Amino acid sequence: MSRQPLVDPVGRVHSIETAGTSDGPGVRFVVFLSGCPLRCVYCHNPDSQHLADGKKRTASDVLAELRKYVPMLRAAKGGLTISGGEPLVQPEFTLALLKGARKLGLHTALDTSGFLNANASEELLDAVDLVLLDIKAFSEETHRKLTRVPLAPILDFARRLAARKQRVWLRYVLVPGWTDKLEEIDGLAAFAASLGNIERVDVLPFHKLGEWKWEKLKRPYLLRDTQPPSLKLQIEVRRRFRKLGLNTPGTRHPPKAT
Amino acid sequence: MNAPLSSPSAAVVTDAWRQFTPGPWTSSIDVRDFIMKNVTPFEGDERFLEGPSARTQALWAKVKELLAEERRKGVLDAETQVISTITSHAPGYVDRALEVVVGLQTDRPLKRGIMPTGGLRMVKQALESYGYTASPALDAIFPAVRKAHNDGVFDVYTAEMLRCRKSGIVTGLPDAYGRGRIIGDYRRLALYGLDRLVADKRGQLESLELAQLDADTLRLREELADQLKALEELRTMAGQYGFDVSRPAATAREAVQWTYLAYLAAIKEANGAAMSLGRVSTFLDVYLERDLAEGRITEAEAQELIDQLVIKLRMVRFLRTPDYNELFSGDPTWVTECIGGMALDGRTLVTRSSFRMLHTLDNLGPAPEPNLTVLWSERLPAPFKAYCARTSISSSSIQYEGDDLMRPHWGDDYGIACCVSAMRLGRQMQFFGARANLAKALLYAINGGRDELSGEQVGPPLAPITADVLEPALVEERFLQMLDWLATAYMNTLNAIHFMHDKYMYERLEMAFHDRDVLRTMACGIAGLSVVADSLSAIRHARVKVKRDARGLATDFEVEGEFPTFGNNDERVDRLAVWVVEQFMARLRKQRTYRDAVPTQSVLTITSNVVYGKKTGSTPDGRKLGEPFAPGANPMHGRDVKGPLASMASVAGLPYAHAQDGISYTFSITAGALGPSAPERDANLVNLVDAFFAQGGQHINVNVFDRETLLDAMEHPEKYPQLTIRVSGYAVNFVKLTREQQLDVINRTLHAVSS
Repeated sequence: MSRQPLVDPVGRVHSIETAGTSDGPGVRFVVFLSGCPLRCVYCHNPDSQHLADGKKRTASDVLAELRKYVPMLRAAKGGLTISGGEPLVQPEFTLALLKGARKLGLHTALDTSGFLNANASEELLDAVDLVLLDIKAFSEETHRKLTRVPLAPILDFARRLAARKQRVWLRYVLVPGWTDKLEEIDGLAAFAASLGNIERVDVLPFHKLGEWKWEKLKRPYLLRDTQPPSLKLQIEVRRRFRKLGLNTPGTRHPPKAT
Repeated sequence: MNAPLSSPSAAVVTDAWRQFTPGPWTSSIDVRDFIMKNVTPFEGDERFLEGPSARTQALWAKVKELLAEERRKGVLDAETQVISTITSHAPGYVDRALEVVVGLQTDRPLKRGIMPTGGLRMVKQALESYGYTASPALDAIFPAVRKAHNDGVFDVYTAEMLRCRKSGIVTGLPDAYGRGRIIGDYRRLALYGLDRLVADKRGQLESLELAQLDADTLRLREELADQLKALEELRTMAGQYGFDVSRPAATAREAVQWTYLAYLAAIKEANGAAMSLGRVSTFLDVYLERDLAEGRITEAEAQELIDQLVIKLRMVRFLRTPDYNELFSGDPTWVTECIGGMALDGRTLVTRSSFRMLHTLDNLGPAPEPNLTVLWSERLPAPFKAYCARTSISSSSIQYEGDDLMRPHWGDDYGIACCVSAMRLGRQMQFFGARANLAKALLYAINGGRDELSGEQVGPPLAPITADVLEPALVEERFLQMLDWLATAYMNTLNAIHFMHDKYMYERLEMAFHDRDVLRTMACGIAGLSVVADSLSAIRHARVKVKRDARGLATDFEVEGEFPTFGNNDERVDRLAVWVVEQFMARLRKQRTYRDAVPTQSVLTITSNVVYGKKTGSTPDGRKLGEPFAPGANPMHGRDVKGPLASMASVAGLPYAHAQDGISYTFSITAGALGPSAPERDANLVNLVDAFFAQGGQHINVNVFDRETLLDAMEHPEKYPQLTIRVSGYAVNFVKLTREQQLDVINRTLHAVSS
């Protein structure tokens, strides 16, 4: 039996979306936490990078809000997703939310870069039904250039999840000129296929919906002139994951035969 | 009513009913029992469906040309001489060689008939606005020889009613147009044939040969006699098209044709605001399945019958005045058809024909009519749910209503009149009561019953609120007092209208397809619910300062501080919305109603939210004079900021028990926000609809579109003749909306990917 936390952890919450449809199965209550060690050039939530950007809320307060959605989330085959920012910046708060959601009978998902491997306790990972693992690039050089942090700890985290047989959906943001090198993509595909616990790979086309936030923050947006990847490139990248047996849905995926 | 089988011969009836499982329906008029005994629930997917036949494609191409011409001219053609009755016009065709289902309202396609029993003035205005002139012969009849509904109403309207009507605190009243919202059980003609229905009605008339004949009985006897005459006219009209509807339909083609002819007679005789069809697809499926099993037709031919029925339903037209169009724009007719749902015994009522009906949106392209309404249950077969979602995403032409919520109230053979009003088919009707403007009522509470625009004393002269900052307890108390008055004035007005409507504009044919004794509801309605809830919230949770004009009227408000708004699943304000619904309903229930109708109310505006907004001054929630209300029960534009589930939860939390005429919610989302891939988008739309109804929602319009498409359609309407969107309770061609209404649609909360 795990020890109950003595105090109600306080976290920094960037925002809540009540009907996320791209952050795990079904329709999900997504809690975006603030604070992130990565500085991705394409970040669509740059206003969530600093911990202090978030609004202080207790875990019990967020869970009280979540509770109101339990019947809807169950009917919508969804659950709770903790995203960010990087949730593992606030491990205690994240753990409290995950455990609280479990108590409510909800499916739980953790959307993470995996960089803060050490912050993810076994207890925390036990409370997660599905990890959404964002691997931003598959070479040290690209990764550092893109995120300003090293790749190795992320791969360690991925291997740790594999060893735990944790269910994982891998996410890869496709950015022309940054993450479209096919040999790196093939490397990532081979790595993912070798893990054995990757249920699905989502190739996410880069979008500029967050550009206005960079402007608002008066920070230089390096991707101003970058265009979203062509459909052709998206299909090619997905094909490379699929070739290795990875489940890689996409916009051109044929309708499910029901 | 039991009636002996007279003519047609028993053998003819036996043949028409071959292979059907008998039951109580064979000895008394009971279409529901027939369906329950004979339905073939379908749990499979859409792969059996067929595309449009060559004939259908050719016919639809011709109709599309006519529709394009109509769009250019406003109306394609209009009658100016002959008053529309069931038999007034010779048979009309689009192209006899291509039509599998026949029958038009007048002698030419899309030619609008005139029905002056509502009031000749409106007919003349409508004709003039499109460049036609009514025959002077009509002036000799109305009102000199024949009084019209509108004349009757204005004869008895009190000064107070006139003030309410003029100020717009009560608007959209059916005192100058047909009330509609009555659904004849048109299926009865196909199942029983006319002779049997006539015998049944004669029996009803005889059953009222009572020792003492009071006014109520005499009225009903007269109505039954009128119904019998209407049925005979239907026989004549059908005969002109070459059909002997005296006997029951013997094939699927006849069943479709008979059902449509019964409906056609209704729309030739009455120009009700909403002329709903009922729930025919699963009924017709019994015939289609039998014909398929007998090898009489192929699946392609089955689809052809449904496609062609739908083409006819897309051609239903009424002549309306420009005023009316401003209120209910896009030329709606509310040919509402209910699809799916569950039977009380737990079986699904989804059949192959439920798919066929939705499939018309693929075969013919999207369209606002018929108003396709899926009765949603958690237990509907998964493949059907997925097909609904896929069709919604491609067409934005479907509305969904909560069958699990409504079935306990109305059983498993109800239809939806207009947008959200459920009623047992053939056993229930409603007196349509438009709606009261509660946002204006709130302003009256602050201004002591004086109208904030005209300055006139419309409501009772209660003491106005004079403080500079609105105090919640006082505002709420005065608001309730104003609702006391409004409920009484409103109900009196409706009583006057329906008394006269029954007298001068009785729907003989529609009521001929009802039982003798029907349950009547007095369907009141409210507009501006989210404006009132947010206003009360602002007064409670922020500081609302009043700005008064020279007349001493509060005409503007300044809100200091933040306050919770409806649509965010926030109890602090959502319970205020519930409170308003309950309080007004409680007051409506205290009123005496015409024909002892049961009072109900809806939270529905259709497109009148724009007109209501125009006629209402600034409100304490920060909404400015003239700005539109949110449609139906929707949160105000842009104030629901926590995403779809929060918005849905607030609306679903409104109590259906106190708004049994329906609670309309219009939901708009971009395709991208439904998920990254097509199968996930289908699945997530199903998930969202499931979530909404699991929370207790009653009605949801689903729109899936991108703002860019709508903006482009505003600039280049010719590129989007079939772009259909759902607004409160019905669908419209986007390009037929006024620019103002187009902007209103575009400014609504559109749930997009959060970034």
